Amino acid sequence: MTLPAAIKSDFPLLDQQFHDHQLVYLDSANTSQKPQVVIDAMADYYENTNANVHRGSYELAVRATAALEGARAKVASFINAKSVSEVVFTKNATESMNLLARSWAETNLRSGDAVVISEMEHHANIVPWHMLRAQKGIELRWIPVDQSGHLDLSSLDRLLDGAKLLSVTAMSNVLGTLNPIAQLSERAHAAGALMAVDASQYVPHMPTDVQALGADFLVFTGHKMLAPMGIGVLWARAELLDAMPPFLGGGEMILNVTKDGFTANEIPWKFEAGTPMVAEAVGLGRAVDYLSDLGMDNVRRHEVELTAYALRTLTERHGDKITIHGPTEPAERGGVMSFIYGDVHPHDVAQVLDQSGIAVRAGHHCAKPLMDVLGTNATSRASLYVYNDKSDLDKLADALSAVDDIFSF
Amino acid sequence: MIGLEDLYREIILDHYRTPRNRGELETPPAQRVEGFNPLCGDEIIVYLQVDDSGVIDDVAIGGQGCSISQSSASMMSVAIKGRTIEDARKLIVAFKGLMSIHETEIGGDGSEAALGIELEGAAEDMKLGDLEALRGVVKFPIRIKCATLSWNTLAQALDEAAAA
Repeated sequence: MTLPAAIKSDFPLLDQQFHDHQLVYLDSANTSQKPQVVIDAMADYYENTNANVHRGSYELAVRATAALEGARAKVASFINAKSVSEVVFTKNATESMNLLARSWAETNLRSGDAVVISEMEHHANIVPWHMLRAQKGIELRWIPVDQSGHLDLSSLDRLLDGAKLLSVTAMSNVLGTLNPIAQLSERAHAAGALMAVDASQYVPHMPTDVQALGADFLVFTGHKMLAPMGIGVLWARAELLDAMPPFLGGGEMILNVTKDGFTANEIPWKFEAGTPMVAEAVGLGRAVDYLSDLGMDNVRRHEVELTAYALRTLTERHGDKITIHGPTEPAERGGVMSFIYGDVHPHDVAQVLDQSGIAVRAGHHCAKPLMDVLGTNATSRASLYVYNDKSDLDKLADALSAVDDIFSF
Repeated sequence: MIGLEDLYREIILDHYRTPRNRGELETPPAQRVEGFNPLCGDEIIVYLQVDDSGVIDDVAIGGQGCSISQSSASMMSVAIKGRTIEDARKLIVAFKGLMSIHETEIGGDGSEAALGIELEGAAEDMKLGDLEALRGVVKFPIRIKCATLSWNTLAQALDEAAAA
């Protein structure tokens, strides 16, 4: 094993039972659990450091500001941003994507301009563009997904022709597919478009280097990477952020306000109106430290091993009964496994698994266009993270047999 | 302890395996109304044919979903066939009562109280029959929306039929 064997004990929530069974948490693509050090860091912030940031002249406020900006620096380093000022804190990845749509796209796109997305996007990378289409008459183009769960790039040149933005997920939250972001960035740039990346499933699980990915914008959320809910990130190249108008107006985001108008603050604060979520940022900073201590290469290796074990075990134990969507090669995917079990509805599968203490998600996973491609309304989804191990997957394979006991017709 | 046997009663699984009144009706004369559960993407289509005297003389169910939504729709179709629009409305109230949804809380927002509240008034004399088997759903609050999907769709279809 590439991660410490006792890692589960870092996560207090995992030490409980449901329906007389030890919790097996397989829903980390939805939200991750939090290590004690993150919980402690947030409690410590409120016990010792809390004050409003960027405005007090007293020592406590200076410390609170340092806590917020220290967290930003950790995040910047974690994703290899060129500058700390390229890291904008938001509420979550959805807000980051809306900031991109409302600020950059609303300013730079005109009626008839095209935005290219893919059929495997989360609604967070679909609906803001639908909204912009309704508002400004932009054109929305879709990269198709093939039957193996990969993007079909055969028509990419045509799709990118005249496009202003390519916005694609780095890792599908349904199929686990890893998309060739660096290559897509190059092709977008060659076509004169900018590249945005939904990295919500990628940053928590992969060593991330925004410069190597060649992207212009990249969004992710804290709660899927061991940090609390309520803190997300928009990373963008500094010159893009500089040229973008503010998203929300209010305190914090200004240098000066008169009766005639306002002067926007410098980046990144220009985009952070109002009192920010400081404790959540501190939690994210601590989560980044925790992941860095584990080593993101080890995190990735652990997940490839575990995904390989899961694909093998589920297939061996349940054969033709189970259909697992997405790439069959573990190295080409993340630890997100959407599956169909026989003709049993995913809600019923999840209900039976819950009775064995196993938490999986059932539904459309906020990716309805992809569900249409897969020809279904819903899937069950088991997703992995650092605290999962082989025994969790053995229990999943065991508990699936109970589905047969109830639903075998 | 709450067990799965409280949820997956034999009669429920029977309606899931062998759904009654499955199919489509010609529109018009039938009403066709679709219902969605945005949580899971489940979809129910209710076809309702009402004669001149306000009696539901035919009903058909389409769409796809989990065992609870499908069996509830199947049992509902059996329960309302041959009844008047008025009786079908009473049955909706009675069924929602079974799901612990109080009459006064049935509103546009579909809010559902997970508290056991006695039924009152008009719906008291309605016999739910096989539908009683769905009583166990209340112990699994997340599934109440599955069980009520077809009934909310029916309510809309009745309104449209009455207005037609």
